Amino acid sequence: MPSNTSAPSAKKVDGFTRKSVRKAQRQRGCQGSSQFAASSSRPAAPEISALPQLKDASSTEQHELFMQKLQQCCVMFDFYDTVTDLKSKETKRATLSELVDYVSTNRGVLVDPVYPEISTMVSTNIFRTLPPSENPDFDPEEDEPTLEASWPHMQLVYEFFLRFLENPDFQPSTAKRYIDQKFVLQLLELFDSEDPREREFIKTVLHRIYGKFLGLRAFVRKQINNIFLRYIYETEHFNGVAELLEILGSIINGFALPLKAEHKQFLMKILIPLHTAKGLALFHAQLAYCVVQFIEKDPTLTEVVVRGLLKFWPKTCSQKEVMFLGEIEEILDVIEPTQFKKIQEPLFKQISKCVASPHFQVAERALYYWNNEYILSLIEENNAKILPIMFGNLYRISKEHWNPTIVALVYNVLKTLMEMNSKLFDELTASYKCDRQREKKKEQEREELWRKLDELRLQETSAIQNNRHEIQFTYSNNNNNNNNLHDKNENPAAAITDRIESNTWAK
Amino acid sequence: MAGADSDDSLYPIAVLIDELRNEDVQLRLNSIKKLSTIALALGVERTRTELLPFLTDTIYDEDEVLLALAEQLGNFTMLVGGPEYVHCLLPPLESLATVEETVVRDKAVESLRKISHEHSPVDLEVHFEPLVKRLASGDWFTSRTSACGLFSVCYPRVSSTVKAEIRQHFRTLCSDDTPMVRRAAASKLGEFAKVLELEYVKSDIISLFTALASDEQDSVRLLAVEAGVSIATLLPQEDLEALVMPTLRQAAEDKSWRVRYMVADKFSDLQKAVGPEITKNDLVPAFQNLLKDCEAEVRAAAANKVKEFCENLPEDSRETIIMTHILPCVKELVSDTNQHVKSALASVIMGLSTILGKDNTIEHLLPLFLAQLKDECPEVRLNIISNLDCVNEVIGIRQLSQSLLPAIVELAEDAKWRVRLAIIEYMPLLAGQLGVEFFDEKLNSLCMAWLVDHVYAIREAATCNLMKLVEKFGAEWAQNTIVPKVLGMANDPNYLHRMTTLFCINALSEVCGQEITTKHMLPVVFKMSNDQVANVRFNVAKSLQKIGPVLDSNCLQTEVKPVLEKLASDQDIDVKYFAQEAISGEFSTIILKYNLHRCKLMTQHYVTLKLKKQKT
Repeated sequence: MPSNTSAPSAKKVDGFTRKSVRKAQRQRGCQGSSQFAASSSRPAAPEISALPQLKDASSTEQHELFMQKLQQCCVMFDFYDTVTDLKSKETKRATLSELVDYVSTNRGVLVDPVYPEISTMVSTNIFRTLPPSENPDFDPEEDEPTLEASWPHMQLVYEFFLRFLENPDFQPSTAKRYIDQKFVLQLLELFDSEDPREREFIKTVLHRIYGKFLGLRAFVRKQINNIFLRYIYETEHFNGVAELLEILGSIINGFALPLKAEHKQFLMKILIPLHTAKGLALFHAQLAYCVVQFIEKDPTLTEVVVRGLLKFWPKTCSQKEVMFLGEIEEILDVIEPTQFKKIQEPLFKQISKCVASPHFQVAERALYYWNNEYILSLIEENNAKILPIMFGNLYRISKEHWNPTIVALVYNVLKTLMEMNSKLFDELTASYKCDRQREKKKEQEREELWRKLDELRLQETSAIQNNRHEIQFTYSNNNNNNNNLHDKNENPAAAITDRIESNTWAK
Repeated sequence: MAGADSDDSLYPIAVLIDELRNEDVQLRLNSIKKLSTIALALGVERTRTELLPFLTDTIYDEDEVLLALAEQLGNFTMLVGGPEYVHCLLPPLESLATVEETVVRDKAVESLRKISHEHSPVDLEVHFEPLVKRLASGDWFTSRTSACGLFSVCYPRVSSTVKAEIRQHFRTLCSDDTPMVRRAAASKLGEFAKVLELEYVKSDIISLFTALASDEQDSVRLLAVEAGVSIATLLPQEDLEALVMPTLRQAAEDKSWRVRYMVADKFSDLQKAVGPEITKNDLVPAFQNLLKDCEAEVRAAAANKVKEFCENLPEDSRETIIMTHILPCVKELVSDTNQHVKSALASVIMGLSTILGKDNTIEHLLPLFLAQLKDECPEVRLNIISNLDCVNEVIGIRQLSQSLLPAIVELAEDAKWRVRLAIIEYMPLLAGQLGVEFFDEKLNSLCMAWLVDHVYAIREAATCNLMKLVEKFGAEWAQNTIVPKVLGMANDPNYLHRMTTLFCINALSEVCGQEITTKHMLPVVFKMSNDQVANVRFNVAKSLQKIGPVLDSNCLQTEVKPVLEKLASDQDIDVKYFAQEAISGEFSTIILKYNLHRCKLMTQHYVTLKLKKQKT
């Protein structure tokens, strides 16, 4: 038991989240930052002393002083150590807040030479390898996030950077030499920060950059895609999915019509598979917004989207199922009647299953569709198709469901359906029993078929398995001496077929 | 649904395909899992011409179904007619290797790797290698990712021109645009290097390795570390310094803790791969740095490797290196701020004593052990205690015993019952090493105290512990030290404690032997059969059944049986039940005994006769 907890985790490919290593780190409170922890092995930060105020300097000195202050702010302090450098920390804080003020209120301060200095200052302060998460089972819905220890400085740096980007004198053409692909890539990695305050700032920063640097747009989109793909298929861990989706929501809004293939691919290969993520609850609202935006832009996408959602429909997680039902309703709210016809059958087969769910929240959420005027009108218009799909389960549930609320809702729905098409309704009621019996018979036939197939299998498998061993053996021999393969390769194959045949005959 | 064909052995494919298309996913999944049965029913010919094309065309199913399909196809060679036809399986597997879902893709690649061995070299070039090429140049990243895993299986068995192409494709994927593909390539780099000719390892692989190890994404760089270890094992010693070491040195100091963690985690492999000289010159300082890393994660991973690293140091300089370079870092780790670093260290540090020998252990390591024995974190103390045997061999445990005792006492009284449980499990080991005198003096009272712990699991472990102690120290010791105390608890006012007496008797009777059991334990058990708590009474019944095999048959008949019979007429239904169980159990024990003692041919009838005789 105790030796297990500290056994090397060599088997894991990237065994970073070893539980044992994590929990104790909580001791040092909810503060973490890789960058500053590093200082124990670094020389202590040089002391910085306050420079004169910018507003007191003459306009000729101001520029020089601005540069000096920017350089001064590149000095980093250890925020785990709450005792040392107190004075210098305060000086840096005051300087940063003065700089924020300076770039937001003054015109004409952004001359060319300050761009590289600003870029260096910002990079030094915010770009870092994020520390290991202190809680391996971090549940963003339950647990307190780890907050960034150096936030008192970092916040001001973000603030300053934002004001810089928003300054009317800001020149993207000058800045693009410094705010380049590498810069953006590092910025995107920071979206994984556990500190929500930081993610909020980066979101706005990235949004500004996306707006101002046209040359970076495609790159930003591609990198976001990569982050999502890694999240979906590799790590299932990334803190900033919701924030990235928010940015994408507004980007999608601005897409020109007709949509480029790239954007459609993004919808189908990334947004839809994102629904499979374990942490869907954390960003479902933003995700559904993006999906609906796409459908509103281009209604012909409705069919693929709905089919995609149906493919990834949750099988065991009721909470997610409710979310899916919510998203489908959002889609139905904006669906065009012609598109509705294309998906009504598979969709209502699923809805019918949801209505019959033993989990009452799922059943209830699905039954609420019948309170939606627009959906009701779509159902009415297509009742000849939908009624037969829904009827069986509704009828059964009205008799069997454990939850009285559900039964009451089902009665209402049945009543609505009856009023829509009483003739069809009567027919369905009449044939209900027959249908069940036919299903039962079909089931029996299936079982019979498989039974016969299994018998057949029993007779033959043993022979085949005997053969397989010999073949693998022959071929692994072949692997080893590939020098004389070419003259030999006919023979083993022939030998094998011989053997198979002789075995079959022996049977 | 169409009915089955009149010929029983030949099912029309339509029926089977109907099954594979069933609306219910679960049924589809079941059918796919029995795909081999379907193929068998169709025969090899129709499997090839009808079933496989169908599977290739309808590949857009639920991922779960696809996963099952990918797995099935890996075992399909015989069902399509043997190795001659194995290439028929490539089209469906190719499509599966391009799907989004990672598990499906991985399974498809696994199956492709499997059936690649069943291809003849000609088929490999005509069918398999083109597939790899198509995947490697696919539009979407998924197919390129899958391709990475297939190069190494076909490379050894193709002609040199094709080999050159394969190398080229791999090179392209290593510098792919998407990090997902680069990660896949990096993780297969070591495997690919192993099948390459040495000249190409030097010319191609090294440059790819260097590039991946300095990738902009740390997730790629860290995978390159592992590849680096494999590559190092392939190269001759004289090339290592120039070709691999600069990159590995850089990885050990990477700015991302994930990469450094990986280096620490693979350190022993690395050490073996690069040999003693480089270990002395490069790895020692690198290891020191990792032990002092700013991230606890990395320090813990490195601490875990301390013993292994020291063990594998070249013998001539081992002691000097440990004493001057490693030990100072280890000393610091003993008082690390992170408890998991300390406990990682505690789990291996004792192993150093065998490497360093008696004098060094006493002078340098002992203070560290003692410090860790006093650590605030129970896990650290436990790890030290659980590895005591290493030290025992070198310096004897006596050196530690004075500090050991407070540590054990504290753990024994820890508020967390799991900690208490853990220390109980080490008691027999400790007792063996410390000797009976020390035990009686210091630890015996602890062992008895656990018997009245308020957690059942602890009381249970404590009884089991007593049994192991008696196994070590013998029945006589038991009679003098343990048995009186255990039996004393039979008069405890708390019925749970009285029951503990019974549980102890159950555990001890066999190791103590017939005499002690009959003379000392049995009377107490009998007395307890009059207990006012029913739970105690039915446990008496159970105990009598348990200790029955230790008693002689005369005693069973004359003493045990009457008591059980009395209990069998108890007013409590459970007591009755267990007493009856015991009576029938006891009976079978007697049979067993006769079988053992007398003669194997004795019949049950004879036994019954004999029993009757005894009775009268």
